[in-house]
Amino acid sequence: MALQSLDIKQRSATTTPSTQVRQTVEVAKLIDVSACIGCKACQVACSEWNDIRDEVGHCHGVYDNPVDLTAKSWTVMRFTEVEQSNKLEWLIRKDGCMHCSDPGCLKACPAPGAIIQYSNGIVDFHQENCIGCGYCVTGCPFNVPRISKEDSKAYKCSLCSDRVAVNQAPACAKACPTGAIQFGSKEDMTDYAAKRVTDLKERGYDKAGLYDPQGVGGTHVMYVLHHADQPELYAGLPANPSISPLVSLWKGFAKPLATLALAGVALGSLFHYVTKGPNEVSKEIEDEIEREDSEKEGAQ
Amino acid sequence: MIRDPKDLKRYDASERANHWTVGISFILLALSGLAFFHPAFFPLTQLFGGPTWARIIHPYIGAIMALAFVVIFFRFKHLNKMTPADKEWLAKAKNMVDGNDHDMPEQGKYNGGQKVMFWALAVCMLLMTLSGLAIWRAWFGFDITVVRFGAVVHAAAGAVMIALIMVHVYAAIWVKGTIRAMWYGTVTRGWAKQHHRGWYRQVTGK
Repeated sequence: MALQSLDIKQRSATTTPSTQVRQTVEVAKLIDVSACIGCKACQVACSEWNDIRDEVGHCHGVYDNPVDLTAKSWTVMRFTEVEQSNKLEWLIRKDGCMHCSDPGCLKACPAPGAIIQYSNGIVDFHQENCIGCGYCVTGCPFNVPRISKEDSKAYKCSLCSDRVAVNQAPACAKACPTGAIQFGSKEDMTDYAAKRVTDLKERGYDKAGLYDPQGVGGTHVMYVLHHADQPELYAGLPANPSISPLVSLWKGFAKPLATLALAGVALGSLFHYVTKGPNEVSKEIEDEIEREDSEKEGAQ
Repeated sequence: MIRDPKDLKRYDASERANHWTVGISFILLALSGLAFFHPAFFPLTQLFGGPTWARIIHPYIGAIMALAFVVIFFRFKHLNKMTPADKEWLAKAKNMVDGNDHDMPEQGKYNGGQKVMFWALAVCMLLMTLSGLAIWRAWFGFDITVVRFGAVVHAAAGAVMIALIMVHVYAAIWVKGTIRAMWYGTVTRGWAKQHHRGWYRQVTGK
């Protein structure tokens, strides 16, 4: 999206530091699940602002529509019916990119500059640099990125980085009729969440809390949950998300280690040749063969 | 090129073509694979018409290599059974690397080191193929845990394999008179007598 080159904190497949001189305020989107009515205005606003029209899907017998995130649906409402304290509860969670401080997608991405983390915390895909390998999907702890079947590029919520760059709230937050989606500095959103949590606790949800998982360094999309002790209730929101150890191994220390090992083998071979010399057929054996040949000729 | 009619035939044309198919595929796969592994190698994608093309064709070349390797594997498997003489050779391999191969035990068509290489490459090739299929998103959509294991195994087996192939190529450069066997299939009698005396006796009857 926008090239805010001074505000890039991290860039995929780049081993040197990105611009660090300017610090911007960290932003966050706060989704208050307890105030969501499931109207999907946010889904429509996302589609409108980003000018993407997904296929009209099918009714799957539940309210979820589309039934999953796609390359053209960057946010979806997930509806879950659960029983808590002998009461039926209808939990509605707006799913989409969490904009992790430690993004697994960016760690896994092999294409320089295909994934950017801005200093305000937004993690953005730059599709012009995307090669379509799907490593971001492998790296993401929240199962968010989707590879388009049309162009094999990866897509996900951009937190409306283009709107945020000009001091506008993301389209979903703007459209939400109940104020369930708030947007501002991460600090303000954390304070606001604390007020909501206090309110929910007063109303009997004593396990209410803020979802800002530290396993991924905190996120720039946070939830207020009435059952913060059981985030899995909300359509499988992971309780302790972090970058998979397999991904850390693969795109962590294995990279420099394997590179050094290969360089070692190549240089080791070269210096072996230089110090020990080639392994040639010995003079002795050459002579033996020659002698055998001349004996044979002599016998004929 | 004048060739001595007394040279010994080591590989026929079909075996050589088979080896070159595996070899060329391997080089293309290593160059494009390294590009996806570490950003330092990313510019190698330009050899393939850009990074997206590199991503598209890498797995297809992998499929070609896997098929060609299956053929080469069954062709040479029976010649790579480990024998006590191979173990003895391996125990003395350090002397050979040091430049002293005078008291190495007599070897057949392949020595212990080559046999270890054969089996190590076969294991790597199996791991590469299975893990490669697991992460080939254009055709397959496996469970995320399978894909993550696939990515780690593919990278690890790939790095090991590149190292093994470097050793394989270097050994051929180091031991003079070897590379011609790959080009036109023959070696000199002196070469055979020095490095593979068992095989030399077998083909010459001496």
